[in-house]
Amino acid sequence: MRGVFLFSASVCIIAVAMICIFLFANGLPFFQEYNLWDFLTGTTWAPLRNIFGIMPMIVGSFIITIGAVLLASPIGILTAAFVTYFSNSKINRFLRPAVALLAGIPSVVYGFFGMMLLVPMTKELLNLSSGKSILVASVLLGIMILPTIIQTSSAALSAVPKNYYEGSLALGATHEYSVFNIMLPAARPGILSGVVLGVARAVGETTAVIMVAGNQARMPKGILKGIRTLTVNILMEMGYAADMHKDSLIATGVVLFVIVLCINAVFSYINRRRVIQ
Amino acid sequence: MNVDLMKETGNTSSETFHVDPSQKIKFNISDMHLYYGDFHALKGINMEIPDNKVTALIGPSGCGKSTLLKSLNRMNDLVPGCKITGKVLLEDQDIYSPNTDVNLLRKRVGMVFQKPNPFPMSIYDNIAYGPRTHGIRSRAKLDEIVEKSLRDAALFDEVKDDLKKSAMAISGGQQQRLCIARCLAIEPDVILMDEPTSALDPISTSRIEDLVLELKKKYTIIIVTHNMQQATRISDITAFFLLGDMIEMSATAELFGNPHDKRTENYITGRFG
Repeated sequence: MRGVFLFSASVCIIAVAMICIFLFANGLPFFQEYNLWDFLTGTTWAPLRNIFGIMPMIVGSFIITIGAVLLASPIGILTAAFVTYFSNSKINRFLRPAVALLAGIPSVVYGFFGMMLLVPMTKELLNLSSGKSILVASVLLGIMILPTIIQTSSAALSAVPKNYYEGSLALGATHEYSVFNIMLPAARPGILSGVVLGVARAVGETTAVIMVAGNQARMPKGILKGIRTLTVNILMEMGYAADMHKDSLIATGVVLFVIVLCINAVFSYINRRRVIQ
Repeated sequence: MNVDLMKETGNTSSETFHVDPSQKIKFNISDMHLYYGDFHALKGINMEIPDNKVTALIGPSGCGKSTLLKSLNRMNDLVPGCKITGKVLLEDQDIYSPNTDVNLLRKRVGMVFQKPNPFPMSIYDNIAYGPRTHGIRSRAKLDEIVEKSLRDAALFDEVKDDLKKSAMAISGGQQQRLCIARCLAIEPDVILMDEPTSALDPISTSRIEDLVLELKKKYTIIIVTHNMQQATRISDITAFFLLGDMIEMSATAELFGNPHDKRTENYITGRFG
């Protein structure tokens, strides 16, 4: 019987190991033909001329993710505080399923929502030639990572011992003061890991971004311009790429993989600190 | 538990204990009933609690002594379905009147809990939390309050070099004295203590008891305790509770030496509880 469990447990490890091997085995040879530094810092992406600079895409992924997190973190954390300390069971009966549903909507549906509603709205309101932009992509990704942040944060807030709260009230602090000065800081590690999970999801998102970001492979010149992310770069060109072009896309995947690895390392570092506390 | 021992038999002394007229009264509780939903937890309590004395509340588990303590700073407000009738006067102020500012009440009537509950922050910030809540921002003023509170709680010498250390890292007994210091920092009139030593070892316990004797010079202290020796060691007045009634209240030596009520006698001689 133990073997069945062991087998199940090893599926994950084997899958991760195989993805690692596949990515690095196929991605690294590219750097024998193309300088790693030029690849990472080059600002021109012109596969037909054999110029492969992915700096615009790295910047694109980072900017969109930062935008999404800046937007979603305050809303998500305050929502979690509301659900845990200010709401009542009547409101929560609608709020919790709504958040869970938001988490379950497929990203292509988010993409449609962005493409059909946010993009035209932005174009109209700001009088642009196209609404596909960093702004819209960030807003959309922000909405997508909200449930992750809300669920992780409210779990963290509920796990804070109630006697901290009582101690604070007994000193004459108000409910709001106690929540913001005791409970939220006490839940900080859990909230942070929620934000980091959100970052990981935002960096990896492809489908929804491709539908609203414009996807121009150039250095962005403002948040109202279009942009291409690392994920989009791979998905858009993989269908027809060949030879060195194809290898460059796999190498893009390696870069993405390393970035996600770093995010996970940060995540487990935060978690470890929480356990020690 | 032998139920017969808890029954009234013959001479009952339900006359209210009156504080010596020369003594100022801190809390005056009259005909107070408390319900948790349908459960009648306190059944018509009449009590006068004197200023600058240690009043101990004793009785078996579930007798209502902690409930009474928590209603003196309105921590019972947090319990859903809790309803209170009757009057609780803090000096002249009815603390259950709609005009009462609960936060100011809790600043006047501080509380130390059964389990030490320091906040997950530094020792310094734990003490400064209360004063900051009440609007003190000046660093110099806070430094002064922190040092004074720690000194008054007999903790300063042990922690003066690591005020920046997390309060979670000190021992349980130190944490409880930290909680007392945190309570002193808001300059209360009254300190409520809910079995403050039940989670502590004997040495930490005796430190806290010494501290209580020291603090009663400046504060009115009301302490719930399961430990009758503790009540005799530190309290001036003791009230015995049973099943939601206050059975007897008198000077501690009197209550333990010459109980008027049979039930009190049965309890303090260890026949039940």
